[in-house]
Amino acid sequence: MSEAASETAFEAVGGRRGGNPRAWIARRAEGIVLPLAALFAGMVAFSIFLLVIGKSPPELFDLMWRGGFSSWFSIQNTLSRTAPLLLAGLCVALPARLGLAVIGGEGAIVLGGVAAAAIGGVLGGSGLPGPLGIGIMALAGMAVGALWIGSVGALRHYRAVNETISGLLLAYIAIAIMNHLVEGPLRDPASLNKPSTRPLEAAYRIGSIPGTDVQWGLAVGVVACILCWVLIEKSSWGFAARIAGGNMRAAQIQGLPVGPLIVGFCAIAGACAGLGGMLEVAAVHGAANASLAAGYGYTGILVAFLARQNPLAIIPVAILLGGIDASGGLIQRRMHLPDATVLVLQGMIFIAILFSDTFYGRFKAFNPELWTEKA
Amino acid sequence: MIQRPAINRRQFLKTSTAAAALGVLGGSAAAATATLGFIYVGPKDDYGYNQAHAEGAAALKGMAGITVVEEEKVAETVDVLKTMESMINIEGAGLLFPTSFGYFDPFVLQASTKYPKVQFRHCGGPWTDKNPKNAGSYFGYIGTCQYLNGIVAGHMTKSKKLGFVAAKPIPQVLLNINSFLLGARAVDPAVTCQVIFTGEWSLAVKEAEATNALLDQGADVVTCHVDSPKVVVQTAAGRGSYVCGYHTNQAPLAPEKYLTGAEWNWANVYKMYATKFVGGETLPNFTRGGLADAFVKMSPLGKAVSEPARKQFEAKMKEMMKGNYAVIKGPLKDNKGSEVVAGGTAYVETAIELESMNYLVEGVIGATS
Repeated sequence: MSEAASETAFEAVGGRRGGNPRAWIARRAEGIVLPLAALFAGMVAFSIFLLVIGKSPPELFDLMWRGGFSSWFSIQNTLSRTAPLLLAGLCVALPARLGLAVIGGEGAIVLGGVAAAAIGGVLGGSGLPGPLGIGIMALAGMAVGALWIGSVGALRHYRAVNETISGLLLAYIAIAIMNHLVEGPLRDPASLNKPSTRPLEAAYRIGSIPGTDVQWGLAVGVVACILCWVLIEKSSWGFAARIAGGNMRAAQIQGLPVGPLIVGFCAIAGACAGLGGMLEVAAVHGAANASLAAGYGYTGILVAFLARQNPLAIIPVAILLGGIDASGGLIQRRMHLPDATVLVLQGMIFIAILFSDTFYGRFKAFNPELWTEKA
Repeated sequence: MIQRPAINRRQFLKTSTAAAALGVLGGSAAAATATLGFIYVGPKDDYGYNQAHAEGAAALKGMAGITVVEEEKVAETVDVLKTMESMINIEGAGLLFPTSFGYFDPFVLQASTKYPKVQFRHCGGPWTDKNPKNAGSYFGYIGTCQYLNGIVAGHMTKSKKLGFVAAKPIPQVLLNINSFLLGARAVDPAVTCQVIFTGEWSLAVKEAEATNALLDQGADVVTCHVDSPKVVVQTAAGRGSYVCGYHTNQAPLAPEKYLTGAEWNWANVYKMYATKFVGGETLPNFTRGGLADAFVKMSPLGKAVSEPARKQFEAKMKEMMKGNYAVIKGPLKDNKGSEVVAGGTAYVETAIELESMNYLVEGVIGATS
């Protein structure tokens, strides 16, 4: 390749400011067009499934649109279900950038919620101003979550324990600890048939975003997604983490602090999930009880993988899943389909998007570096 | 796709005038089809808690002027709040039955405050007159049915050991365990009952483990209080043990080994609400009832049940049908030896003291914590 040709190739891949704008657009379009195509393919596959069981796909997609997105009520319904998925998704996406499959976010959510409720209970009657108390509860939730998932990272790095298994098993332990605390030491004696902690005082509860009935967790989650995106894509820590995720051994040879990176990113991921648990307590339940283990941690896995571990992409993906969830009830009621129908749809979209991963870099239209090959 | 043309001002005026005219004529269009919404926490074919409610809802489907909408597997989170709102806003439901205990606080309370024109009746809930007036609760006294289960079990056991798979050590569950043992001891005071708590309302693996553990220790009649008794019934019957059912009739799962069962009779309760609602009557806020009120019932006795068991079962049932039967009466000791009910004291099923039960009676092997 001549000097001039390599220069053109460099410009063509958008490697320089003022480079070929067509190349710049093409590169970014790939990350949008491929997931959308996969989404479409998943829906087509699901339509075939519906036809096989004798149901009408157009009716289903119309109900999905109406239940999830067509009116202000539906949009709020969707966003309410989106809120907990954002932070749960981050708990999976951040370690994944280091090549770790941490799927035990449920444990951090549950314990973060219990910690927040416990601190909120201690603060009750102290006269501490609401925002300060809420701040302390949030810190408590984040600290416990960070400790929980951080320890998964530490076990991985220092003791070579498989993080997928340890995270999952720790989630079961977390739920057992929650049940013990909520049914034992932290139980409100007045909660007879559903053991719960003492209800939070009104000052320590978080209301809805003004003008909506969507909890503040949505705004917190969006901000967290943006912050995590900046951390991963724009900071030197994020750069180091991505290198470690790409090739752990190479990162070690380069002298990157792989241990602190793993534990640190896992701790931040756990803090996100713990904050999610705190928000469930302060904004939804008003106390900690067994309902905290609602499976958001597991849906978070789906969210993170569909977003291809990109914190910014978690936002639209969580909204999409929130919408599917919001319309699931309407589909059940109108089409007399079982609840599992929505899970089948989610599964098909999930498979299609994972499958689409193999197409990255293979379409000429999206890859300017292929444009010069014929030259 | 369903077309939704935009409505212009003229059309709007026309429709609203027509609607107003209908209103004047007294035939409110809404009353012609009242929509009732039912919400279940688990699958509605679980052979248990949720199926009992779904069977109750199914009994309304033939009633004139009633549309039933149902949603299953709705979590006790913001999900149930949104499901209720969706039934109200999209289907126009006027009366909702959120059937899981955990739906009440805070979700039913929030929804009933936000939608004062919609009626909410919650199963098992702790509604008090401080709560919104358009909300309320209903429940059945099923402890007496567990006592009847115990009578049959007491006759049929050979090892004198019964087994009970329970979800959580909360008052409702403890009352069922105690009633079951007391029923069996009314037959034979030497009978004991081992209880295992699984810690969750629905956890099939632990329920199977618990059942196997009870059978390994010699229990030969097993019952349970979990959301879906299916696993317990099939596991126990599969190993040759007798079973007593709970929530709904599990006889089809184990026709040879099923003795009888404590069942809800929600069809009766829902028909009462639906009739009043369609007729424009005020719905009661606080509804409770037992065997005599047909809020609960017993499964038909299985073919394995012996003649003496049948006789005592039927005699006791007759006595209970008169109402005010007290299963819990003194002197009664708990299984740690302290007296929990003094001699001469009897708690009928409506007694408020039973709703904070925190002990297992003498003869039950197990601990509440």
